[in-house]
Amino acid sequence: MYQYDEYDHQMLAERVAQYRDQTRRFLAGELESAQFLPLRLQNGLYIQRLAPMLRVAIPYGCLSAVQLRKLAWISRHFDKGYAHFSTRQNIQFNWPKLEEVPDILEELAKVQMHAIQTSGNCIRNTTTDQFAGVASDELEDSRPWCEIIRQWSTFHPEFAHLPRKFKIAVCGTRKDQAATQVHDIGLYLRKDANGETGFQVLVGGGLGRTPVIGQVIREFLPWQHLLSYLDAIMRIYNLEGRRDNKYKARIKILVKELGIDTFREKVEQEWQHSINGPATLTLDEVSRCKAFFTDPAYEELEDSNKAVQDRLGSDLLFSHWMERNVAAHKKPGYRIVTLCLKATGNAPGDITAEQMEFVADLAEKFSFAELRVTHEQNLVLTDVRLADTPALFDALKQEYLATPYTGLLNDIICCPGGDFCSLANAKSIPIAESIQRRFDNFEVQRKIGNITLNISGCMNACGHHHVGNIGILGVDKKGEEFYQVTLGGSSDHDTSLGKVLGPAFAQDEIPEVISKILDVFEVHRQEGENFIETFRRIGMDPFKERVYAKVD
Amino acid sequence: MPKLIDLQGQVLDNPWVLLEKDTAADMAASHESMHLIVPLQLWLSSFESLTGSGKQIAVWLDSDETAGSIADSADKAAFIALNFPGFMDGRAYSTAVALRKHHGFTGEIRAIGDVLRDQLFYMRRCGFSTFDLKDSVKLEDACKGLKDFSTSYTSTTEEPLPLFKRKQA
Repeated sequence: MYQYDEYDHQMLAERVAQYRDQTRRFLAGELESAQFLPLRLQNGLYIQRLAPMLRVAIPYGCLSAVQLRKLAWISRHFDKGYAHFSTRQNIQFNWPKLEEVPDILEELAKVQMHAIQTSGNCIRNTTTDQFAGVASDELEDSRPWCEIIRQWSTFHPEFAHLPRKFKIAVCGTRKDQAATQVHDIGLYLRKDANGETGFQVLVGGGLGRTPVIGQVIREFLPWQHLLSYLDAIMRIYNLEGRRDNKYKARIKILVKELGIDTFREKVEQEWQHSINGPATLTLDEVSRCKAFFTDPAYEELEDSNKAVQDRLGSDLLFSHWMERNVAAHKKPGYRIVTLCLKATGNAPGDITAEQMEFVADLAEKFSFAELRVTHEQNLVLTDVRLADTPALFDALKQEYLATPYTGLLNDIICCPGGDFCSLANAKSIPIAESIQRRFDNFEVQRKIGNITLNISGCMNACGHHHVGNIGILGVDKKGEEFYQVTLGGSSDHDTSLGKVLGPAFAQDEIPEVISKILDVFEVHRQEGENFIETFRRIGMDPFKERVYAKVD
Repeated sequence: MPKLIDLQGQVLDNPWVLLEKDTAADMAASHESMHLIVPLQLWLSSFESLTGSGKQIAVWLDSDETAGSIADSADKAAFIALNFPGFMDGRAYSTAVALRKHHGFTGEIRAIGDVLRDQLFYMRRCGFSTFDLKDSVKLEDACKGLKDFSTSYTSTTEEPLPLFKRKQA
């Protein structure tokens, strides 16, 4: 993975010193709350319902064992011994003290980590597919490009006070696991007829109050021009994005109001000033970044293993885990292993300090000391030898990390919700738990098959409910918490937004509602169909009829 | 006398008087101050008579006014001031970049309005050259904000080569 050079270290140290002084001035009364607000936000610090929350970036999801151990140490030393993986490849600490945050940032800097621009109206952490570099269906590794974007966006002086937050995702795999189309800018790696790398550029996607799927602004952007083109989009947005209403300030609204063609023209015109200018990428720089993401020392291995075969035949739990949590790898004899952080009773994405240290050890033992975090709030060991999968499985079981539900119903994406977040209208974690309890059976889950269920505690949509096959949104009705259900969302290459099923439900009705929805699916399902395929074929009505049927 | 600071962190006297948006041309001409920062509309309609009056005249743009609107007459102004109605309104950063990069403006660009010490480094990177801080106490201390960082990753007005090209050089 990327390693900091002297400049990275120096700028990060300067940032920590800057924030330490800003915190000091705030506590001394020299800096007003309103002035301190964006400064702390751009260093990841929110003031939440019960305590501050510090969001730390895991750039494009890449994490080393050493870094994970540091996160564990921080959670123990400055927090309550656990942390939470968010839906954008960040990790959140829920109970830090405001005056200790500079110390936390200094500790993070020791392992090349930070909380820069994880919040606020600026360019946020760039995200990508968690299988980048190892996926068997990859066009090109997205990580070097993410690193190039990370450096461009970090401390970009022009775009630190945008109308609203700005999120960029890059995807180089054929199956999109990065929800690319619901980002402010989505970049799909492409090759032209000569095999040259470039990007299909999407703009104006996003969730939140007004969910929108990004539109293509440019079919093919040659790689040399990536940064100048991003600058051009950002400059138009910074100057013309709405600032009169925070709910209409995202770039998606600007693109909608202007229309994609007009927006494209403006960007092209702006770009003419800087195309082939100083920001033009060089082969040297791209090669330098790619050199950080070369293959580890893989062994030449057979792609089958007798001991694993035997275990599959004799150990049902192991075979379930292999079926769901272990994916194909580009290298024969290796597998990609997902650690599903969705054990029933565990808040989705939460991890204890002990588990972090345990996983760090496993990464060192089984996967070249590196791991990934996913927007589905899971962890991934990317380079596990097939022969090691039984030993890894046995180890994971000890820490309740072998839950075999990856990609199944109980692999719920869920924001922290009303238990923590001051924006939330309703709790989300107890909803996730009530569903997980109801369906906590592998055979039941497997029969339902691949499905996504996403829960957000408010319309800000951190839980990506719009793009869940089943989405659940917490709403406030006269001071009481209710839950609206949507069906038909997807964040894959064929991204679609869910549609509202009907009137919202009380919390305790939700497991039964989900059950009825799945009954309808079961009745109408054709051979080989997933939930989303059936839904797209039969539409909303059968679900509506069943769920809202009057009981005689 | 009010003060402002420059790129070197020097504290300078600021004799300039800012005229509000609806100021009429005769009001400006008869104003007692010899150093006026006039709003864009007044500048566009009357800069020739104003600059010929013996007074020193600068122009200010609000955050919704574009670099293009001043491009043709920019060189006639003593300087161009870009207003931050609130420090969260970041449009003037891009306006400064556009003045420098697209219109080749090499004169002084002054940050006015809700200008805070913690924004100074980004402002200088975008091409601002003087800073009329909202709060003029502790200006010497505020100058530290100009040097919060020793460099930048990306191509900026102040340092057009991005870090990766400077490293390779």
